[in-house]
Amino acid sequence: MGGGPLKVLLITSALLFSIGLVGFLSRRNMILMFLCTELMFQAAALAFVAFGRMHLDYSGQTFVIFILTVAAAEAALALGLVVLLFRRRDTLNSEVWSELQE
Amino acid sequence: MTHSPATTSQRLLSSALRAPVMVIGALLSLLVAMPASAVGDEGSAALAAFLAQPIDPAVVSPDLSWAGWIIGLPAISAIICGLCCALRIRNKLPAAVTVISFAISFVLVFLLFRTVNPNQAVVIPLFDWIAFTWGDGRWHGIGAHFALYVDQLTLFWMLFVTGLGTLIAIFASEYMESDVGKGYARFFFGVSLFIVAMAALVMADNLVLLYLGWEGVGLASYLLIGYYYTKPSAVAAAKKAFIVNRIGDLGLAIGIFLIWVNYGTLQYDGLFQAIQEADNPAGGWDASLIPFCLMLGAFGKSAQIPLYVWLPDAMEGPTPVSALIHAATMVTAGVYLIARMFPLFVINPEAMTTVAWVGGLTALLAATIGMAQYDIKRIFAYSTVSQLGYMFLGLGVGTTYGACYHTFTHAFFKALLFLTSGAIMHGFAGQLDLRRLSGLRRVPGFTLVSWTMLIGCLWLAAFPFSAGFFSKDTILYWAMFHPTFAQPALAWIGLVVAGLTAYYTFRVWFRVCAGPVAYVPGEDDHGAAHDDHGASHAGHGAHGEHGGHAGHGGHGHDAHASGAAHGSASHAASAGHGGHGGHGGHGGRGGHGSGDFHPHAPRLAIKGVLFILAVGAILAGLPTYLVMSGHSSVNWVESMVGNSSAIMGVVPEALDTSHPHLLGMDGHTAMFVLSTIVGLTGIFVAFILHLQNRRLADRIRSGLLASSATRWLPTAMENKWYVDEAYHACFRLPMWVGGHLLHFFDKHFIDGLLVNGIGRIPPMLGRLFQPLYNGVLQGYATTMAGAVGLILAWIIWRWVAGGGA
Repeated sequence: MGGGPLKVLLITSALLFSIGLVGFLSRRNMILMFLCTELMFQAAALAFVAFGRMHLDYSGQTFVIFILTVAAAEAALALGLVVLLFRRRDTLNSEVWSELQE
Repeated sequence: MTHSPATTSQRLLSSALRAPVMVIGALLSLLVAMPASAVGDEGSAALAAFLAQPIDPAVVSPDLSWAGWIIGLPAISAIICGLCCALRIRNKLPAAVTVISFAISFVLVFLLFRTVNPNQAVVIPLFDWIAFTWGDGRWHGIGAHFALYVDQLTLFWMLFVTGLGTLIAIFASEYMESDVGKGYARFFFGVSLFIVAMAALVMADNLVLLYLGWEGVGLASYLLIGYYYTKPSAVAAAKKAFIVNRIGDLGLAIGIFLIWVNYGTLQYDGLFQAIQEADNPAGGWDASLIPFCLMLGAFGKSAQIPLYVWLPDAMEGPTPVSALIHAATMVTAGVYLIARMFPLFVINPEAMTTVAWVGGLTALLAATIGMAQYDIKRIFAYSTVSQLGYMFLGLGVGTTYGACYHTFTHAFFKALLFLTSGAIMHGFAGQLDLRRLSGLRRVPGFTLVSWTMLIGCLWLAAFPFSAGFFSKDTILYWAMFHPTFAQPALAWIGLVVAGLTAYYTFRVWFRVCAGPVAYVPGEDDHGAAHDDHGASHAGHGAHGEHGGHAGHGGHGHDAHASGAAHGSASHAASAGHGGHGGHGGHGGRGGHGSGDFHPHAPRLAIKGVLFILAVGAILAGLPTYLVMSGHSSVNWVESMVGNSSAIMGVVPEALDTSHPHLLGMDGHTAMFVLSTIVGLTGIFVAFILHLQNRRLADRIRSGLLASSATRWLPTAMENKWYVDEAYHACFRLPMWVGGHLLHFFDKHFIDGLLVNGIGRIPPMLGRLFQPLYNGVLQGYATTMAGAVGLILAWIIWRWVAGGGA
């Protein structure tokens, strides 16, 4: 393959993203789906770091700091929502909320 | 607008005013083309006579401005009645206010008549209304001040308008009393508004003010005909009157535009001067259209062919309205207009011929229809149309005096006839079918009604030495012998119509007032509307198909003696014919179901007014009686009309001295003898058929109906010669069809396809994508991921296709 660490990093990022995506699409458990979105987030963060390293620019890493912060806040919020949803229906299956369509 | 380029704006205005005329002109030229042969010498003779009579300019006298109260008082009365209506006053206050204001107006007219110099027209300025000038003189302004033009013609008209208006208001105060607290104030508001408009029309100093009154009269008549606005037939009649009148008013409006374009002023005084001073008084082609436009307006208002159809339907209004509209005022507005604008007519022989022929043919048509109707009020309505035809015949043959005198006498005897029929209707619960009323002169309380009705009938039938005889004779005499405008053919038609008139008039009287006492009450109880005779009338059509029935089954039966009103009605009918028991079976519904029907005898107000009107009708002949008996050298009606613009060029003195002969007799004697013969013959035939041997009339009728060759005659006459049906087929039906086609187009193409069709596209697109939104979170995510994948694939494809650069 060749191409140095950037290539490895990007492939890792793409793999992480794909795992997250497939997990999100295949699971019905809301907590697992939430974790999968976190995986995709981290794949994006890894791509940022990789490109920052390639360009010798700190903006990529700065973004990652922001992403981590936002992800933490969002995790607190999302988990709170999941708990609330669980209390309502006594299940974590996302399909029971399908009447929220449209 | 001071001294701007006058000629330019004048030209602009002229062309703007001319534009609509082009269209109408094409239509009217058909009319103009009709009597083209009459132009030659007659026209020039009339013109010469006209120009030989200088017209004195009117005197402006502001000191007579109290005459403004003649219009002002009814206006105040209208306001008070309107307030009474708004405040729901539940007494007879509106009637009192109306009667008092009309009476004072009448007194003021009389005072004005005594004050002004009979030989001098007077202009009384009241206030500036429309003053729009851009220079001095003609064509440099449109001035229409609220001013009164008072000459003898104005006073003549106002005397009987306000006088009869007062009497009719008194009559109505009793007649309408069952509506106190309901429509009473509204009714008197309409009557007051009507007199305001009529006074403005007659006393106007210019054509714009006349037009205001003209439209006001139309509005008031619409409101009054549609007085019983919950009754569909009344609403339809009101709309018909309004719409038919608008057609005529369009002609009048265009005529006024053309007068300004050609003569540059709309004020009578200046206009009459302008006509005489013009180099070519008859003017160009558009000037020759003026009298045709004006006469279209007059035909609408005065119910002449082709616009007469509204008047018989106007019977839907309360009876005092019929008297007011049909006898005294509104329908005479057309006669007044032509008399007032006579200088414009007399210079146009085709216009005179047209007026004469339209009048003569209207008289004939309406008389033939009137002969075959069964509803008393409707018969009198058609007789009004017929008598108005006489008036137009008189105008057309140049005797404004005859036309105005006939208007005057007709106003009295026709108001009398309408009010007597109103009294009968009031008394017999809305019954107006002459087959169901008989011998009323012996019914207690109806003796005076019967005898006053006899006077009205004699006068309408032109019984020798009655006022109606003199006025009609004047018209027929000049139609036969006028040196310039004579139409002998029309004079003979007029004589025939006189005979028909005498017949149908006395058909009513001999049926209703004479003969054995028998009657069937109408369908109204005392508390309901008096004029609800539409339903009983509608029954006649079916009735008429059977022939030989004529509804005098009540012979020998006294409704009092035969039990319940219900019983007497069906009993009377079946006794006579065996087959018509159902007719009149509704009689006495309401308050009379269980007891005898007692006619509701008229009280003082109605009887008093009938008596005064009968005396007035007798006195209407006074001007002629005084001349005949040698107590007066001149007929004051003739001198009044003669002292106005209406006489110009009409009877040149040199020609007046000619002594025409007819049938070996002096012209006057010949016409007198002929009129007497036809009148008496008509009355005699009516006597035979409708009093002495009523079954003969039925036999004749069924005989005519039995033969297929003659069946059309009574059928067509009873159905009013199918004129309404023809109008329906020619105008209403195409419009109805066109309207529905356009409605269909609008509903299904514009609305359906364009508006709603375009509106339906977004929801349809939405429904296309709706399955994507199934509520399953993974579904959305898959869509999103798939879309991202597609975009990615596209980018990669571009990259590969671009050579991998």
